[in-house]
Amino acid sequence: MNTDLLISHLWVFLLATFVGLLVIRRVSPLLHTPLMSLTNAMSAIAVVGSLVVTGRQQSTLSTVLGTVAVTASMINIVGGYLITYRMLSMFRKGKQAK
Amino acid sequence: MGAESWIQIVYVLSALCFILALNWLSAVPTARRGVLTGVLGMALAVGGTLLNPGIVSYTWIAVAFVIGSVIGVPMAMMPMTAVPQRTALSHAFGALAAALVGTAEYFLRAGGAEMDRFTMGALAVEVILGFLTFTASLMAFGKLQEILPQRPITYRGQNLVNLGMPAAAVALAVWLVIHPGSHGLFLLMCGLALGFGVLLIVPIGGADMPTVISLLNAYAGLSAAAMGFVLNNKLLIIAGSLDGSSGLILSIIMCKAMNRSFSNVLFGAFGQVTAAVAAGEQKSYRSASAEEAASILLNASSVMVVPGYGMAAAQAQHKVRELYDQLTRQGVNVKFAIHPVAGRMPGHMNVLLAEANIPYDALLDLEEANSELPQCDVALVIGANDVTNPAARHDKGSPIYGMPIIDTDKARTVMVIKRSMNPGFAGVDNELYTLDRTLMLFGDAKAFVADLIKEVDAQSGGRG
Repeated sequence: MNTDLLISHLWVFLLATFVGLLVIRRVSPLLHTPLMSLTNAMSAIAVVGSLVVTGRQQSTLSTVLGTVAVTASMINIVGGYLITYRMLSMFRKGKQAK
Repeated sequence: MGAESWIQIVYVLSALCFILALNWLSAVPTARRGVLTGVLGMALAVGGTLLNPGIVSYTWIAVAFVIGSVIGVPMAMMPMTAVPQRTALSHAFGALAAALVGTAEYFLRAGGAEMDRFTMGALAVEVILGFLTFTASLMAFGKLQEILPQRPITYRGQNLVNLGMPAAAVALAVWLVIHPGSHGLFLLMCGLALGFGVLLIVPIGGADMPTVISLLNAYAGLSAAAMGFVLNNKLLIIAGSLDGSSGLILSIIMCKAMNRSFSNVLFGAFGQVTAAVAAGEQKSYRSASAEEAASILLNASSVMVVPGYGMAAAQAQHKVRELYDQLTRQGVNVKFAIHPVAGRMPGHMNVLLAEANIPYDALLDLEEANSELPQCDVALVIGANDVTNPAARHDKGSPIYGMPIIDTDKARTVMVIKRSMNPGFAGVDNELYTLDRTLMLFGDAKAFVADLIKEVDAQSGGRG
């Protein structure tokens, strides 16, 4: 990574964090648990790195570590989105409940 | 246009989906659309990555997909009471993935010898945050699942150890940036991060879990963002920093809700400090039976229920819903006051009550509840303690002084369902219990609410 690349990454990091802060600040306290499980599923984006490490098959060590990482990420992707959806399906407005 | 450009275009779309997903999650009506958009974003990210020409074999990827899905689906089907420990466990998985990819990258690049300084620095951040979040989340899981003791464990020199270990890990990281080839030191750094994760959670008590879980959420996200710097992948940086900022905001909200600072949560060991204060003189209190309590509830026109972790622990939320239904049918206006740190993770009470079919417009946050409480006839506290203690408003000597509380004492009558007069988790006496307008209802939350339901039924002539 050269300096130019580092600086462009830092820009992305800065702006994405700022967008995140603005968007997430608006989330109602009612939905804080689904918010956490959704962002948790999103942080399984680590799968992108894991897939490449696994698929390149450069060394036994990297393939093993990569496979474990893909598994861990997959658990979070499948489990995280599913439980968030399940939670949100439980939130009902007053009139429908009666 | 080559495969790499196509992949980048897919990644841009994926990042867009993630931002829209969070945007739509802000309110209930659009929240499910948000989740589906998030799924689309992840599908694009995975699909785009699989196009990478560097991937020569899909065998292990397929195996990992299958195993991950087989474990992931049951983890999504857990009951809502288990959501805090499930969340802790998934923070652990997410952080582990980031840390392992970092480790693999380190050894792939000729053992780090050919790595430039920026990459090594980012990799060190990824690995340290990843491994410490992994063990810390497992510890948090253990405490929430009650495999480990819930109360804070302290020992002499704890703060020294908890400051020294991360300092040593950072010092090693700096050394590695200058000399990336030192394999042994890299492994030592990983070991320190793993150990620190364990020790970090040892002094944390159950009541502090909402803050800690939020903080671990932020760490896991930052670790993924650092991975983006290592792999030159902007999608990773974006998704990771979105997760990081979400964890950060939630931690700040939790800290404010307890009027404490981060360092105080991590190094304060709440339960220990306050144990000494608890030994005050016994004041007198009034108690009431289920029969009396039911008649007070039926004669009220508005009731504010204040649920806390005790309701979750006793699995009383479904009984509470029955009581809610009965009273609502009798024309009583029933609402719920949810303190930000009630329960074991942010928003815990809301999902529990939503699961029990209580409409979400009856769930009020702290400010809404406090503006309605002075007009309420009855405040019914179920399994909440410190968040209702009026001492937080006026007693400067109290360890919870300054913490925003639910002003239950402003309601005309206060009823508290509690097992006994023992002080709560923080070990602080609750002044609320000895007020003239307070009636103590002794018993298990679930059993007592069940008795209330029977009494309300009998007194309303079976119409309830």
